[in-house]
Amino acid sequence: MRILVVEDEPRLLRNLAKALREAGYAVDTAEEGEEGLFKADSYNYDAIVLDVMLPGIDGWELLERLRKKKSTPVLMLTARDAHPDRVRGLDAGADDYLIKPFDLAELLARLRALIRRSAGQADSVLEFGDVLIDTRSRSVTRAGEAITLTAREYAILEYLALHRGEVVTRTALYEHLFDETDDTLSNLVDVHVFSIRKKLGRDLIATRRGQGYCVEN
Amino acid sequence: MFTKSIRWRLQLWLAFLLVCVLSGFGAAVNQLHRDNQFKQIDDELERRVVALSAAVRGGPSRGFGPGRPPFDGGGHRPDQGGEGRRPDFGGDGHRPDFDLDGGAHHPPPHGWPDSPPPFGGPGMRREIHLSAAVTNLFEEANASSFYFAIWSRDGDALERSTNAPMELPRPARADTLPHTRMREPFREAYHFTEMGDCVLAGRDITADLNGLRRFAWWLLTAGGTVLAFGLGGGWLLTSRAIRPVVEISAAASRISAGNLSERIKGADTDNELGRLAGVLNSTFARLEAAFAQQKQFTADASHELRTPLAVLISEAQTTLARERSPEEYRETIEACLVTAQQMRRLTESLLDLARVDAGHEPAPRVALDLAEQTRAGVERVRPLAAEQKLQLHCDLAATEAFTNPERLDQVITNLLTNAIHYNRPNGEIRVRVSAEPESAVLTVADTGRGIAEKDLPHIFERFYRADKSRSRADGHFGLGLAICKAIVEADGGRIEVASQPGVGTTFTVRLPKPPAGK
Repeated sequence: MRILVVEDEPRLLRNLAKALREAGYAVDTAEEGEEGLFKADSYNYDAIVLDVMLPGIDGWELLERLRKKKSTPVLMLTARDAHPDRVRGLDAGADDYLIKPFDLAELLARLRALIRRSAGQADSVLEFGDVLIDTRSRSVTRAGEAITLTAREYAILEYLALHRGEVVTRTALYEHLFDETDDTLSNLVDVHVFSIRKKLGRDLIATRRGQGYCVEN
Repeated sequence: MFTKSIRWRLQLWLAFLLVCVLSGFGAAVNQLHRDNQFKQIDDELERRVVALSAAVRGGPSRGFGPGRPPFDGGGHRPDQGGEGRRPDFGGDGHRPDFDLDGGAHHPPPHGWPDSPPPFGGPGMRREIHLSAAVTNLFEEANASSFYFAIWSRDGDALERSTNAPMELPRPARADTLPHTRMREPFREAYHFTEMGDCVLAGRDITADLNGLRRFAWWLLTAGGTVLAFGLGGGWLLTSRAIRPVVEISAAASRISAGNLSERIKGADTDNELGRLAGVLNSTFARLEAAFAQQKQFTADASHELRTPLAVLISEAQTTLARERSPEEYRETIEACLVTAQQMRRLTESLLDLARVDAGHEPAPRVALDLAEQTRAGVERVRPLAAEQKLQLHCDLAATEAFTNPERLDQVITNLLTNAIHYNRPNGEIRVRVSAEPESAVLTVADTGRGIAEKDLPHIFERFYRADKSRSRADGHFGLGLAICKAIVEADGGRIEVASQPGVGTTFTVRLPKPPAGK
């Protein structure tokens, strides 16, 4: 999952990026509204964490302009808790709303929910035969037995599972699993998929030659 | 309670006045009309009584009216003649003439010889002969026709008309003046002659009384109508007069309920209440502006305090999420320290502002040398300026100012650090202290990039940052100039700014001089 964080307080931005990366997300950052809008436009992020008070164009305007083109889930961060602000945020197209100071755990939970909902999955536990993927704890079990996956392996599996029934191209996987700081080789995805198959069985992830991968229902 | 309502009091007063005036007027009109009616009836009755009286005294009465020859011929007795010359009716010479002329000019059918003897003996019934002219007066064939009765001095009924009521007592003996009496429903006039005979003329006045009653009812109805119209009009008028007051109080209660953007409608009408509404509206507008400013300040302060808190919490939570290397812990603690110090500076600034705002604890002011104070301030920031390779030029003439030294230090430091912070590298800062007739003047000029014209009016506002791209991380909250302004103005001074984008900015502080004798 790839997430964009737009926040003008540099220490908070750095810290959020660190926390999200440690939670297994690919994270891009922007300190200003213009930069944030540009990045939000250029990539298909799985979610955007957006601060309201920004230099240049502020969070409201960024959201408004973004909504004309994309429906990327947006979680607004603000230090204002005045009621009209919240209404305005949700009306302007924000999908969720958090007030500073916030709990990191809450932020992560809300992001998970946002991503799940936008992929059309209501349940936080995804089930494929005897394979269970718990997106809360980022853990996978097969026939009741815990399977250890690396962060990347888990990310690929989760993305494919959230988009079950769809063919996901390698490009899409790259775009959603690696952030701008990653310098990856294209065949890495295949390596990770190979490794997942070894742990969870060959049938879970099907290869569509020349198109990408797919997790069947 | 409606007795406490102005409208009801006005209405009650109006009703009271109207009822007083209308009932007074109605009663007077009714009384006048009644008197008039009775006077007419009485006049008619008296005319007949007089005619009867003349007939009873024997024959045509000559000399009843003034200017008439007292004697028509001989043959009547001296006493009668003498009587005839006397004014019979209390000397009232203005009585209407009685229509006895018929009897006067044409001798009555009975003639003198037949006239009854003036002094009838006791027990002897006197014959009364009434002339046709007299009887004609009583012969009107309707219900209200006149009737008459004549009694001798002894109380014997001598004569009565056929239409006289059965029960007709002789009036009590009285003087010779004509009198009237009321015996429902009869009005009667009577008169005693000198001889003691009594003549009475009467009439059934039921119809007249009914007319009077109808008139009274009519008056009552008219009065009621006028009262209703008056009260209705009064109600409309008081409603219109009270409506602005009602609106004012409604608007005021809506405003006190928290909706400060409410205004009183109808403030443009040019009457007393319209002007009052106008004054109140402008007060509300100022109140709303002050509240909005306060709200903005609170929102800004909350934002500035919440952001570093968010940093602290998320730093700590991220770091605690797993085992870290000592370097990582160190980094986190450093970040937390920097953030906490930023919060401390903000808190201090906010407290400074609050203290100046509260104003209940005025800082003690003393006479001091502004130049000396400024020199100390310049020395404090000199290392900072040297870091940025800035030239500091001072032109400090000894000048007395009357202010609080600690707060003045704060102003000087704020202005100097601003000048350093917003200067260009290798720029200059010129600090000058001079005297004006009324005040001590401190100017701090930098060679920074200046302030855009659209920002100039706002730079003393709290949390206003002309350059929004500059991060809060460098410790500038947009409070420094607001604090300077608050301090200087609390001391009775002024602070001004002039700026030219690309050239530099100059702040000028004018402080009051010490009062004479200090």
